[in-house]
Amino acid sequence: MKGTNLGEFEELVLLTIASLASEAYSVAICDELEKYTGRTAKLGVVHSVLNRLEEKGLAKSRLGEASSTRGGKRKRFYEVSHAGKVALTKSKEVRENIWRNIPGFNLEGSI
Amino acid sequence: MKATDQPPRWATRFLQWYCRPRLLEDLEGDLFEYFERNVKNKGLRRARIVYVIDVIKFLRPYTIRKIEFFNLFIHWIMIGSYLKTSRRSLVRNKLFSLINIIGLAVSMSVGLLVIAVITDLNSYDDFHQEGDRIYRVITTFRNADQPPMELASTSVKAGQKIRETVAGAEQVTTFRNGFSGDARVGNSTFPLEAIWADNAFLKVFTFPLVKGNAATALEEPYSLVLSEKTARKMFGEADPIGKPVMFDTTSYVVRGVVKDLPKLSHIRFEMLVSFATIEAQQAEKTNFYDWDNVWSNYVYVLMPAHPALAPVQSELAKISKQESAAYKDKSVSISLKPMNGAVLGGKLSNNVGPAISPVVTWVLSGLAFVIILSACFNYTNLSVARSLRRSREVGIRKIIGARKSHVLGQFMAESVIIAMLALLFSFGLFLFLKKEFLALDPNISDLVSLDLSFKTILYFIALACFVGLAAGFLPALFFSRINALLVMKDVSNLTLFRRVGMRKALIVIQYTLSLFFIAATLVGYNQYKGLLRFDLGFETENIVNIRMQGNKPDIMAKQFAEIPAVKEVSRSLMITSLGSYHGSTLKYGLDSNNVWLNLIDEHYMPLHDHKLLAGTNFKLKPEKGKESEVIVNEQVLKRFNIAKRNPENALGKVVTVDGQALTIIGVIRDFHYGTLEAKIEPVIFRYSANEPSGYLNVKIASGDLPGTMEMLETAWRKVDKVHPIQAKFYNDQIESAYSQFSVMVKIIGFIAFLAICIASLGLFGMVVFTTETKLKEISIRKVLGASEGGLVYFLCEGFLILLIVSALIAIPATYFFFDKIVLENFPYHQPINMLELLAGVVVVMLLAFLMIGSQTVKAARNNPAKVLKSE
Repeated sequence: MKGTNLGEFEELVLLTIASLASEAYSVAICDELEKYTGRTAKLGVVHSVLNRLEEKGLAKSRLGEASSTRGGKRKRFYEVSHAGKVALTKSKEVRENIWRNIPGFNLEGSI
Repeated sequence: MKATDQPPRWATRFLQWYCRPRLLEDLEGDLFEYFERNVKNKGLRRARIVYVIDVIKFLRPYTIRKIEFFNLFIHWIMIGSYLKTSRRSLVRNKLFSLINIIGLAVSMSVGLLVIAVITDLNSYDDFHQEGDRIYRVITTFRNADQPPMELASTSVKAGQKIRETVAGAEQVTTFRNGFSGDARVGNSTFPLEAIWADNAFLKVFTFPLVKGNAATALEEPYSLVLSEKTARKMFGEADPIGKPVMFDTTSYVVRGVVKDLPKLSHIRFEMLVSFATIEAQQAEKTNFYDWDNVWSNYVYVLMPAHPALAPVQSELAKISKQESAAYKDKSVSISLKPMNGAVLGGKLSNNVGPAISPVVTWVLSGLAFVIILSACFNYTNLSVARSLRRSREVGIRKIIGARKSHVLGQFMAESVIIAMLALLFSFGLFLFLKKEFLALDPNISDLVSLDLSFKTILYFIALACFVGLAAGFLPALFFSRINALLVMKDVSNLTLFRRVGMRKALIVIQYTLSLFFIAATLVGYNQYKGLLRFDLGFETENIVNIRMQGNKPDIMAKQFAEIPAVKEVSRSLMITSLGSYHGSTLKYGLDSNNVWLNLIDEHYMPLHDHKLLAGTNFKLKPEKGKESEVIVNEQVLKRFNIAKRNPENALGKVVTVDGQALTIIGVIRDFHYGTLEAKIEPVIFRYSANEPSGYLNVKIASGDLPGTMEMLETAWRKVDKVHPIQAKFYNDQIESAYSQFSVMVKIIGFIAFLAICIASLGLFGMVVFTTETKLKEISIRKVLGASEGGLVYFLCEGFLILLIVSALIAIPATYFFFDKIVLENFPYHQPINMLELLAGVVVVMLLAFLMIGSQTVKAARNNPAKVLKSE
């Protein structure tokens, strides 16, 4: 398995999966990402990230029920795996640690 | 949602083709969801475009399915099984296999021939080591208001200029044709044709010397380089180097022997004479180095590898402009052209060696392609028709796990195997065809040898593979799509009859092509016969033209006149109506123009029965330099508006021909000086001084022609012991002047024959198949009281309609093609005869009827009891 590092966009996607709970499939993730970040999320890009997350074992997927929408094709739902949860928590901790160590004045003027 | 509101089907198919099965479903779903969304927001058109873009964007490494090595492996293992089943099905269906193999073999033999011809043409001059660096100098000659002429020849000066000014030119060689004479060595004489070539000649071209020094062999004037064959002929086994050879009173020295030329060389010679020789001889002739003396010199340039040609070309254009400035109403410009393809550059005049138009190769390949396609149609038609029998086999294969691609592979393999078998037969046919083709015309055997090389054999095999794949593709596709379950349950479920449309179309195409070729042959043949029968405006019957080859015509004429069968003898510079021309400039008042010319004596016009409209024939033989009379044709009067075109009044008018004032003493009726492809143009007759060049025209009594020819030869021998007599009947000469037409007619006729054979084979197969499958139906009808005639009609009807449709397409198409396209180029063509068009149709129809009839009658006569018993 190639490294289990969590890239920036991967992290965003993984977080979105987590936030969408049982409704996390590619199109919904795209929409959600756009809402959160304000940038357009291309389906192709998101799809390849989802695929990568799954390869890294950070997310799990299963096919949903067939319905009459989507040309009768089933949706693939994603959920965060245990490893994913660990990775997310770890990255949150890392960030919080760093935030805590920033002297107050250092970021104020620049915003 | 309406059916049209779907994303493009092909894009979806493409996605399905490349995408990994695991990812496919949700990807498709996502794309579809987005598509629907886009339809609402952006409209259908945009949505479809976005869909396609997205499909292409999804083409990423992780989505592309891996090649299934296992499957590929299985394919290889299965080839053995394919071979076995193919062999079985070949043997089981002997008739169909035979039809297929014969059809493919016959058509492929034409393909092989075309491949051999084209490979030969393309391997011309391959033996030159620096071949791709050699360029020839091409001349564009513009004269006043005439269309520009493109020449392969150029001026001596062009070579000099390039040597002086073009920086990149490594070597520049100039050679000149037209050296001919009798070489005398000791007491024997050898007539020889040679070219003058300068010292660089052996450096530019790869003509290796076996004896002598290549660097200096052609340096000195009066030096010779012989080919091995010529050297052996002249000196036997003795070493020729340094030996003298006499031409007339001049002595030359042999300085080299060159290895015999490969056949596929566009430059051909038996002997080279040093260019310095002609420079020494022509020194006093003022126009030898002129810029516009472009008719018999050739300049070839050796350039560095991958040269920048553009600056060189513009340099040449500059030189041309400078040099042409000296002339008032003409311009001569030169340019470089790669030597490769010199043989296929047929549209240039004055080619060095043999040359044909690339159009010819295209036409040949086109014809071969059509024939091969026709045979492929047969294969397709028969295989699909037979599908009823084989669909169970396919069904079982599929049920035990064969995939679509396996079935496809199996049927493709089968058709390739059949094509390979056909290749064996067609190779035999090819050997036969090759001999016939080379014998068709001396020009053809001069141009190509059709010897087989490793490369050609490879091409042959490639052709067979290609034919196999092309022929087998449709049936294979058809079989691979068969639904196994449906077939096993009930064969009649097979969508066989959906294919009937295609099969009908293929039969119609085949027959249309056959009819077209047949009609084309008949029309072409009639045109050719028409050309030979054409009234040229004078008589050519029983006239033998004899080339003087340097002998004095007076002496020769005296010899011939003694033969009792010879009625009359006349002299002429050239033979008219064969496509060669001698030009001259005629001036009348201020007007001057080119006219065609023949030099004749006083016997010429009565012998050839030229009609005088006014005036008289030449009467007196002028003393040298005192020529004063000319005879003109009507076109001259018309062109120069002499005496208001009235022949009587034109007599006594004075015209200037090449600076000499001549009085018109006679006006003759227009006749065809050139070939019938050209319009009648102004022609003049001048009185010939006693020149040794030219011909004697001998009118002989009809009767013992071979005997008379023999006597002519004996008479010739008395005067000239060296040269064999060159005597030809005028009519034969005319025939060979149009030989390209007869060659064309023969080729198209042969193609027509093949086309009809192949189409007939195909039709025969279809008829046999149809009657076989309908046997039970026929029997039942018979039992119920149908008459035999009615049954035959029932079976024939479908085919008859197809034949009629093809005739309805082919006849107007042929008529249009010839009337509007081909014959437009011939001002003196025959009108197209409806009979020519219909004759082919009748013959083909008869053939088809015979085939259909014999089979259907057989079926209709069957004893219904026997057929139905088994049910």
